[in-house]
Amino acid sequence: MRVVLAEDLFLLRDGLVRMLEAYDFEIAAAVETGPELTKALAELEPDVAVVDVRLPPSHTDEGLQCALAARRDRPGLPVLVLSQHVEQLYARELLADGNGGIGYLLKDRVFDADQFIDAVRRVAAGGTAMDPQVIQQLLSRRSADAPMGGLTPREREVMELMAQGRSNVAIASQMVVTERAVAKHTSNIFSKLGLPVSDDDNRRVLAVLAYLDRG
Amino acid sequence: MKQPAQSRVRTAMLTGGRAFVLSFACIAGSVTLFVLSVLSITFILLGIGLVTTPWVMEAVRKHADQRRRLAATWSDVRIPAYYRPFPKDVRAGFTGQVERTTLLLKDPATWRDLRWLLLDMTAGFVLLVFTFALMIYPLEGLVLAAGLWRVFEDSTYWYTFVPVDSQATGLAAAALGIVLFVVGLWASQPLLRLHFVLARSALAPTQEELAQRIDRLTETRHEAVDTAASELRRIERDLHDGAQARLVAMGMNLGTIEALIEKDPAQAKKLLATARASSAEALTELRDLVRGIHPPVLAERGLGDAVKALSLRMPITSEVTVELTGRAEAPVESAAYFAVSEALTNVVKHADADRIWVDMHHAEGMLRISVTDNGKGGAAAGSGSGLSGIERRLGTFDGVLAVSSPAGGPTMVTMEIPCALS
Repeated sequence: MRVVLAEDLFLLRDGLVRMLEAYDFEIAAAVETGPELTKALAELEPDVAVVDVRLPPSHTDEGLQCALAARRDRPGLPVLVLSQHVEQLYARELLADGNGGIGYLLKDRVFDADQFIDAVRRVAAGGTAMDPQVIQQLLSRRSADAPMGGLTPREREVMELMAQGRSNVAIASQMVVTERAVAKHTSNIFSKLGLPVSDDDNRRVLAVLAYLDRG
Repeated sequence: MKQPAQSRVRTAMLTGGRAFVLSFACIAGSVTLFVLSVLSITFILLGIGLVTTPWVMEAVRKHADQRRRLAATWSDVRIPAYYRPFPKDVRAGFTGQVERTTLLLKDPATWRDLRWLLLDMTAGFVLLVFTFALMIYPLEGLVLAAGLWRVFEDSTYWYTFVPVDSQATGLAAAALGIVLFVVGLWASQPLLRLHFVLARSALAPTQEELAQRIDRLTETRHEAVDTAASELRRIERDLHDGAQARLVAMGMNLGTIEALIEKDPAQAKKLLATARASSAEALTELRDLVRGIHPPVLAERGLGDAVKALSLRMPITSEVTVELTGRAEAPVESAAYFAVSEALTNVVKHADADRIWVDMHHAEGMLRISVTDNGKGGAAAGSGSGLSGIERRLGTFDGVLAVSSPAGGPTMVTMEIPCALS
């Protein structure tokens, strides 16, 4: 799988390159700045891009803007955005086109290599990887005025993991329950929240995120 | 610089024309407004003045502002305007008018304006008349020489100090007229300027007011320095007890791991997990700290989006409307952001509200922000409340805060900061 990586700090870039290579990714390009990223995304047609939000030369949200622009040119281009801080505002913008293939994670998540690589693969396959903190932010807003349609604590836990973009298999192994149990929880969640049932994993995630974001 | 004769004549004529036009505004405007002002203020005793005074004073200020503009464009004389701003929450109707009247009468600028009106319709007017008379009067001298002197053959007519009663004296009058005209060529501009300088002497703020301004600046500067210092202390303490301590623990763990890795791999692995957890915690602490110093969204996107991101973190549903065409300077953005942040925190803590509206826009060199909630009201600016903290923050930038919070709500906090957008 070919990756374009954009990160301005040398140590972090180098570390990410090593990690991705260790998991058999091919690094198509590892760039430092926004313009370089735009060029690499347009010319190299990677399977997935891993992008830091803040990039030179402007040191504003240049990475995010480049990624959004590239996705306008190539809808669904898988992009995993990394940042020192997560904002619901940015998550909303990333998810807005409803095309999937979006990841938005804190940089801390690279500490857990397996989980991080899983997120990259999921995004590359057109799935979603939302940082647990984004989900927490969404939930903490809701809990004040709407009690989440009467979900049980267990269902709520499943929903949080689902909103992060995890598959039923992954949720089952994390919660140490069977896949069947998870499937049952998810169908309950969908009927309680009044969301349309869908077989497509990613549609499902986007529906939950959209529901939460309606706040 | 030597001007060609032709352009000097043209400038002098223009100046004369301006003085002529202005003299009407001066005598008609200033006399009328002065009379109205005196009447209106006198009628305060009867009650009517309470209602009329704000209107009259507004007209006076417009009249003075017009003179300020002309002074700047015609003679490059800058007359500063130091009117105290009306607070935002002046009530409507009769009570509002009374409040305005009181505020106006307390403003020294109001009394300066009145003093100026008096000066303007006397000395100011005379100066203007001189200015254009020097352009017109010489014509009379020429007309006398051309034949008008015949009318005065029997009774002597005094053209300034020349007694006109014959062709010879008529010619003398013409000669004097030409001399006056030449004087006028040189003197008209300085005379008009003198008129404006006179206006400035009456309208400009006094030493005492400037001293008050300096006091205010000194005070806000002290507050700013104090706030900055205590912020730095807080940051130092947070780093010292937080991230720094965790990094020390991590380094220690790594040292132990190095020693253990061959003897006791299982224990080493356990310590590695602890080290990783420490680093994650250090990162979380640093992230929170950074958000308190300068929120990353503010750096990345500017004030509008930073406040939007902030509102998304609020446990109360908030609507944010932003109309900003550019970005303010970084310190202003930061002050405005933290002011809004404190206002929102206040709402969450005290207001018992379930909805917040934030409106930000920039107009006439002012950044205006309002935070409104549908809570129980009864908030007051003043010492001890969270609002005084906002006031201090804004004060450094000459910003002001106004609160309208009747019991039962709604509460509206309005902030204004003078600034330019780029």
